[in-house]
Amino acid sequence: MSLINYSSREINCKIVYYGPGLGGKTTNIQYIYEKLAPETKGKLVTLATEMDRTLFFDFLPLELGEVKGFKTRFHLYTVPGQVYYNASRKLILRGVDGLVFVADSSEARFDANIEALYNLHDNLKEYDLDLKEIPFVIQWNKRDMPDALPVAELNEELNPEGYENFEGIAVKGDGVFDTLKCVAKQVLRQLQAT
Amino acid sequence: MVRAEWAIFEEDYWAINNVLDDLMASSRAGNIILIDRTGQLITQCGPDVEFDLTSFASLCAADFEANYALARLIGEDDFSTLYHQGARDSMYLGKIAKGVVLAVIFGKETTLGLVRLRVKRAVDELDAIIEALYEKLEYRNEEYDTFDDEFSEGVEAEIDNLFAE
Repeated sequence: MSLINYSSREINCKIVYYGPGLGGKTTNIQYIYEKLAPETKGKLVTLATEMDRTLFFDFLPLELGEVKGFKTRFHLYTVPGQVYYNASRKLILRGVDGLVFVADSSEARFDANIEALYNLHDNLKEYDLDLKEIPFVIQWNKRDMPDALPVAELNEELNPEGYENFEGIAVKGDGVFDTLKCVAKQVLRQLQAT
Repeated sequence: MVRAEWAIFEEDYWAINNVLDDLMASSRAGNIILIDRTGQLITQCGPDVEFDLTSFASLCAADFEANYALARLIGEDDFSTLYHQGARDSMYLGKIAKGVVLAVIFGKETTLGLVRLRVKRAVDELDAIIEALYEKLEYRNEEYDTFDDEFSEGVEAEIDNLFAE
């Protein structure tokens, strides 16, 4: 739910990283946090268990330079990947403006991707939202895994709708910025089109 | 032409701030922060805070969302207020129309009873402002032509700039 504050001249948008457990959602956010200049980013908030598994969410605010007197802010969130935490996963989706699905390319996690995609559809439905109406980008992460499935196969099986997608190795930063850039631009276009 | 799902206009911003100023004075609170349901900061009233306001706003909204889910689990519609007690400072949170959250931080200069009483009145006033604002959104968003193609191109260039590797 984008918010325009005409008084403080700010536009705020919310982008959520979704996907199966241990797929690399938090790694994406951490890479972005490490690489961006201090003046463009806020504090990285992580609510994780002692085992470093996301319990509630990670949160990172980003700020773009002023355009025509307005500042644009993106708030990035990740959801917990574990099915056990679905209740909190659902909460983070409230008011989402754009979605990134971080898929695990390895064959062993193929079913986990499908399960997370179904779960995303179900959770969006609770807010009367449909994936087709929200800016949505897929990242095929962990391309360096020995059992990584070919991207063509992943697209055929998991992305028949042909959403924009990028290959990624989030621990090295590969594809991280491309993915975020793509969804951020889609969010802005949506803002203008509605 | 842009049409955000919700927007705050200049006059509403000041109307909101007036209510918060009154609440600050009458409740003797230390700080008051207004947040939308997705965790975006709307405004803050009181002295500059030493903590990170953006993180605070995001966590407050999540706090309220989690408690809303808890309320539903036990068969309640919602918890309209939340109270967090600290050794030095405490927080009292109230729900306004459209899921907007009012967070009042207060210390030993006042009491929970007084804060609760004053918040109740402020919530009613803020409810009216936010409800009216949503009605206005039906047509007012279109009056603004800042967000044209030039704006989109400018912001897209900013995005490329931010993520230049």
